[in-house]
Amino acid sequence: MKIADKKALKRESIIQTALQLFSTNGFHRTTIPDIAAKLQMSVGNLYNYFSSKDLLAQEIIKYTSEALGEKIRDVNLTDDSAEAKIHQIVTIYFTMAKEKPEMIEYFLRVYLANREVFRDGCEGMVCVSGFITEIMIFFDDCVSSGELRNQDFFSAFGLFMGYLGGMVFLQGEEVLPKEIEFYIDDISRNIYNALKA
Amino acid sequence: MLNQTKPRLLWLQSITCNGNTHSFLNHPDLFSILSHFEVVHHPMLDSIYSMEELLQGSVPCDVLILEGSFKEEGFLKAGVEVSSLIHAYAQKAKHIISAGTCATFGGIFKQNDPDNISGFCFDLEEKTSRYEHYASKLISLPGCPIHPKWMSYVLLMLANKREIAIDHLHRPVELYGYTVHTGCTRNEYFEWKIDTKNFGLKEGCLFYEQGCQGPYTRGSCNKILWNDVSSKTRAGTPCFGCTEPHFPQTALFKTQTNMGIPAKMPLGVPRRAYLTLTGVVKSFKIKRFSQKLLEYDK
Repeated sequence: MKIADKKALKRESIIQTALQLFSTNGFHRTTIPDIAAKLQMSVGNLYNYFSSKDLLAQEIIKYTSEALGEKIRDVNLTDDSAEAKIHQIVTIYFTMAKEKPEMIEYFLRVYLANREVFRDGCEGMVCVSGFITEIMIFFDDCVSSGELRNQDFFSAFGLFMGYLGGMVFLQGEEVLPKEIEFYIDDISRNIYNALKA
Repeated sequence: MLNQTKPRLLWLQSITCNGNTHSFLNHPDLFSILSHFEVVHHPMLDSIYSMEELLQGSVPCDVLILEGSFKEEGFLKAGVEVSSLIHAYAQKAKHIISAGTCATFGGIFKQNDPDNISGFCFDLEEKTSRYEHYASKLISLPGCPIHPKWMSYVLLMLANKREIAIDHLHRPVELYGYTVHTGCTRNEYFEWKIDTKNFGLKEGCLFYEQGCQGPYTRGSCNKILWNDVSSKTRAGTPCFGCTEPHFPQTALFKTQTNMGIPAKMPLGVPRRAYLTLTGVVKSFKIKRFSQKLLEYDK
């Protein structure tokens, strides 16, 4: 394996480990030595990859946004109906929340809760564009095909993603009486009914 | 008497508003350009041959300029089918210039009878039955109207026996290789996705809300300025896409959007690339772009 490939692998493993620790223990309660210890690497070496904890946090949000964006991109590339696409996006989101809860938890409990960390470098949509772009394409396609009502982007986006984020937050708080996948059909139908033309 | 060393120029009109004729009359060097030709007939200028002689089909012609939409049957001048006149001179001509969007693609007059009215060699961007016959000598100059200097570019190239590079719709690439967006003074606002708040303002881009079609319309309006001074978009009016095959469209003063996303992307730009860039750029607020461009009171 080439040195560059090895470095890329190491970099990703740092991101994944930090993602886990930040999501579980919180951003401020996780230190760089904690992350280095979990990876069995020296603190100094970790700083060779990420020069600060804030920078690492910013790279993680880009990483999670790209991962989610790639899955939604696959949905966008299908010829399915808007209703079917909504169902698939809800499924992707809730499945990720169940199987890789740290990905969504990071967004909800680190990215949204520690804005000062992301103010310089992750302004606005900069670090979440991988995900936002695919949602935009989804809306654009479904309005062009006449299936969804044409309206302001954020009115539709807030309804869709606010709803999903809220459900995952409730799951994280262990408030939901049932497993999150139980809600996929109803929530998909609710979103479709709210947005359809 | 004809001067045999100069190419003979014939300007023929069919279904037209005269817009291209009038536009060309505004050329600051009109007579200098025309001095390279024998103007055998022109609808508004002194010509060697009369209308009567023209209708007989006996006028010599090297360069034929066609203005106006084309109808094979039912559009007569002095009792003569204009289409038969056009065919007669198109066969004689060494070069045919379709002047304006009507003559090129059908344009505004096509709206009156879409099934029977078209451009001479194109119906929108589809080739007509006449294309095959005349394609070898065809130069398309779409525009509503054409810029007088687009016409003079073609005429002077022909007068000097220079080859004109053209694209698949026979448009000179020197004139239509650009988009109207190229050279627009609002490009900084386009880059930072800041719309103008109204028409006629110096600040802001007209693409996001005001209907500007400049980023996907071919033409050099912001490179070769109108009256050597300005352009629609520089003055604060959206580009209407008047050089494009599907001109005219509707709702020209409003950008068509799907949940705020422009329904048409800038020419050749993939939607995913455009939206990625837009999302990033919109995240920043640049103070200078929220201020008046010119302050006179300070």
